[in-house]
Amino acid sequence: MNRSKWRSVAEELRSSAFGIAGIVILILFTVAAALAFLSPHDPNALNAIERLKPPSGAHWFGTDDYGRDYFTRALYGGRVSLTVGFASMILATGIGVVVGVASGYFGGWIDNLLMRLVEVVMSIPSFLILLLLSVFLKPSVGNLIIIISLLMWMNIARIVRAETMSLKEREYVLYARASGQGTFGIVRRHILPNLMPVVIVGATNNIASAIMMESSLSFLGFGVQAPNATWGSMLNNAQGLIAQAPYLAVFPGLFILLTVLSFNVLGDILRVGFEPKLVKR
Amino acid sequence: MRQLLIRRLLQTIPLLIFVSIVCFAMIKLAPGDPVLSFVTPNMHAEDIERIRHNLGLDKPAYIQYFLWIKEAVTGNLGYSLVNHQPVTEQILDRLPATAGLMGAALALAVLLAIPLGLLAGANRGRWIDKLVNLVAYVGISVPLFWLAILLIYYFSIHLHWLPSMGMRTIGVNSAFDVLKHGIMPCVVLAFSFLAVYVRYIRSSTIGQLREDYVQIQYAYGSTKRIVLMRHVLKHVLLPIITLLGMSMGELVAGAIVTETVFSWPGIGSLGMTAVRGMDYPVIMGITLFSSIMLILGNLAADLLYGVADPRINSKR
Repeated sequence: MNRSKWRSVAEELRSSAFGIAGIVILILFTVAAALAFLSPHDPNALNAIERLKPPSGAHWFGTDDYGRDYFTRALYGGRVSLTVGFASMILATGIGVVVGVASGYFGGWIDNLLMRLVEVVMSIPSFLILLLLSVFLKPSVGNLIIIISLLMWMNIARIVRAETMSLKEREYVLYARASGQGTFGIVRRHILPNLMPVVIVGATNNIASAIMMESSLSFLGFGVQAPNATWGSMLNNAQGLIAQAPYLAVFPGLFILLTVLSFNVLGDILRVGFEPKLVKR
Repeated sequence: MRQLLIRRLLQTIPLLIFVSIVCFAMIKLAPGDPVLSFVTPNMHAEDIERIRHNLGLDKPAYIQYFLWIKEAVTGNLGYSLVNHQPVTEQILDRLPATAGLMGAALALAVLLAIPLGLLAGANRGRWIDKLVNLVAYVGISVPLFWLAILLIYYFSIHLHWLPSMGMRTIGVNSAFDVLKHGIMPCVVLAFSFLAVYVRYIRSSTIGQLREDYVQIQYAYGSTKRIVLMRHVLKHVLLPIITLLGMSMGELVAGAIVTETVFSWPGIGSLGMTAVRGMDYPVIMGITLFSSIMLILGNLAADLLYGVADPRINSKR
């Protein structure tokens, strides 16, 4: 991972209006979610008089059917969605890198075993398992993160395996091995740093799909449980009230869209930046 | 070709066995005792034991697996714990609704994706390319249930044009009625497929346009349109075969959310009901069914790709 690669990413980013917009949106959402406690309203405080008020100066996004301030709930909901996204990405990437490096570096029966495992997990439609597991385990943020990561590590494992197989034949790795370095040292010093580009690209795309999975699950009522809000569960509620209060459906969906969109755009920019020759045809 | 076929089939069989074991284990590890759904308050302990024995639940797990798989191979996936109907029958009952919806969505997506992808790829960097790119990005990033809610609000509640749920109006039995119910779920699903397809077609168009044969065509005086329609199109259709094959696996799982929002009576909403009611045999049946579809879809995509492009076979 050298400096020139980052420079080409920065160049790619600067030339893309979408990319800059994506970064601004993500920073804005992250800061807003982190500073959610500054809101004068309690996200779960009920207020029977203020039910279903349309957006106004006092309630920027209006209030929901329990009179809760919708803006504050959207902020806290973003906190959950972004946390689940980042944490699942880190866990899934961790599993993927370990499996991929072990498979690619050692080869033989380890490779065979691990890749068959990847194939089996990939052969079961993941959203179905997602639903099942979230029924078996009690839905909490922690469990959600574990379930989602368990369904996302395969892609990274495959990419990392392929990359490791080509890296381990490079001359500097062969030299390191000939000079008596241990396996662990070679992996840490020579393989892992060179895996960074593919891992970063895969991880960025993984955040996007993790946030999407969490939202869909919460929308179906299997994610984080009431009264805690996430963008998905807010939309579940909004669907039932769509005739009386259509504004409730607008913001949570827009936030999911913008977040996922930004990560997808950044993933593509990183890919082009790291591998300009491969992608720019 | 035959060698490839045999090798791929041989790879598929252990995969199917493993997937069936995983499905079985998942249900076995699930909390709750399936016998309880048959128990009524005035039953004796012996009765309960007899039910357990009749269901084969008193045998060791591996024997239960073999009994289950023996029945599954002959098409018997057991009975629902909730309404005691055969699982296979329920899945087959729901299959036409899902297959019809998916088929229409895939067709719509492909028909739109081909011209859009070609146009975008041929006019790289121009406004049309940027527009198509934006649509594709939104398509892969938009939560489908949100899109569905917005469509329901606009077309059902605001304009009163389309019904918001179900597949038929009660008492009405016409194709037009089904069509009216199906438009919105079909458009929602098609949008997500379209986004993926357009990106593939665009990038393969860009790749094809740099090939030598395109330059030669230009040298002979072909216009861009003729090159695109007569030559590039043929090559671009190839990846679509793979994409369609891979979409087979989405047949069930991909439609769960959309079918639920629109209460479309397909396999996805059957699965949703089963998950909510902890109806293990139905869940197991649907999981197995959709896994098999996914595996066979990938297999079909691989083989068709080999038929369409013989160069690939010689490389493997």
